[in-house]
Amino acid sequence: MRGASRLSIALFSLLSNSFEVFASEQQPFEFGEMSAPIYTLPPLPYAYDALEPHISAQIMELHHSKHHQTYVTSLNAALKSQSEAVHTSDITSQVSLQQLIKFHAGGHINHSLFWQNLAPASSTDAESSAAPKLVKQIKSTWGNEEKFREAFKAALLGLQGSGWGWLVKVEVGQEQRLTIVTTKDQDPIVGKGEVPIFGIDMWEHAYYLQYLNGKAAYVENIWNVINWKTAEERFLGTRADAFKILKASI
Amino acid sequence: MSSTLFRATAVRSALRASAPTAAYRAGLASPTFVRGKATLPDLAYDYGALEPAISGKIMELHHKNHHQTYVTSFNNFSEQIAEAKQKEDIQAQIALQPLINFHGGGHINHTLFWENLAPTSQGGGEPPKGQLSKAINDSYGSLDALKEKFNTALAGIQGSGWAWLVQDTQTGNISIKTYANQDPVVGQFRPILGIDAWEHAYYLDYQNRKAEYFKAIWNVVNWKAAEKRLK
Ligand SMILES: [Fe+2]
Ligand SMILES: [Fe+2]
Ligand SMILES: [Fe+2]
Repeated sequence: MRGASRLSIALFSLLSNSFEVFASEQQPFEFGEMSAPIYTLPPLPYAYDALEPHISAQIMELHHSKHHQTYVTSLNAALKSQSEAVHTSDITSQVSLQQLIKFHAGGHINHSLFWQNLAPASSTDAESSAAPKLVKQIKSTWGNEEKFREAFKAALLGLQGSGWGWLVKVEVGQEQRLTIVTTKDQDPIVGKGEVPIFGIDMWEHAYYLQYLNGKAAYVENIWNVINWKTAEERFLGTRADAFKILKASI
Repeated sequence: MSSTLFRATAVRSALRASAPTAAYRAGLASPTFVRGKATLPDLAYDYGALEPAISGKIMELHHKNHHQTYVTSFNNFSEQIAEAKQKEDIQAQIALQPLINFHGGGHINHTLFWENLAPTSQGGGEPPKGQLSKAINDSYGSLDALKEKFNTALAGIQGSGWAWLVQDTQTGNISIKTYANQDPVVGQFRPILGIDAWEHAYYLDYQNRKAEYFKAIWNVVNWKAAEKRLK
């Protein structure tokens, strides 16, 4: 869906503005010699307008083709610098690159999972009946689906600044528990024994063009486009299953 | 949210701001506190006056909705923390502190931000003079060099936040610092000039092209207000 030319355009615009400090320390990019993997933007599993009226096509297109692309492009650039720093035993550069890698890798991971955990409202995947086992555990954890949604909403609206809210499966010994987790900025859910079931992007870019400062309405409406089929698969599967989209996008 | 940093200095200062006198040394702000309550300050210019750098629509939403929400929430949580103090409920006081920092910070930051912007017809974009101009040249070589460093700092913010030109109250030196979310400039540093890098500050006009917003906003920076804050 997005070829090399798209990547190089995004890379060029990135180098020419927001990334100056970092880029100025680098040689021109030579992808042929890279020893780090190159991640690519995964295609959306539906059209940009497929989530309307709950999320507009304009938001989806900017969010996927610009915001997510920038995370992918910046991640590749940071990983290339990292592999050079490893190669030259430049440990101070390696340390200073870690936060940049975490941020852009987090952005890539989070958005890749997010696109897959959304579905058009008219699809049967968007009904919670598509996730019988998950819903059973939601009910035993929160009492009923309504109370779960209320708890999720409160967590999302309690975020101070940019971040995400996730339903997470946590493996505790033999037991599997569900928990609602909020994360700041692009911090991903990568803890031991944690499987992200679905996430909701609470950065302003995820809703502002349509909902403006009315983020509570965005949080209400996004329930119409949650992909419960994907949620059930992640709930029944392993961490590796949930993250296979990332392997596919190398 | 667990990641929210709590700084004792920030909270003390935010609380102090609920008294009518202490908040704005520079004497620029219209009185924003009535009977101990924070209120939304009026803008010194029309919503559309900063166009084309910032649209009237952004300014109106940003002031009337976003800033108002910080004011309302700050008052609400200030009342709750006062109650908790009265009841000597220490847990509740601690739980409320990040909310005071966030909403009080949002109120302080935006109040300073409106003041350090001005339409070009009212001096927006005119370079600083006197002591501030000298401090900029001493530290950065030139105003353009400062703007470039400032824009790099803005672009490097990971998530929501602000970049500020600050003055170190110990050394008197100026420097550029970034702050996460609504963390206010308090304690060792004095705010001189702030730029809001939250997406709501530019998204309707610039979408993902935030570097264009950072470039354009210098045309409406009110350096006179910044000069008055420098000690
Ligand atoms: Fe945050
Ligand atoms: Fe996003
Ligand atoms: Fe703002």
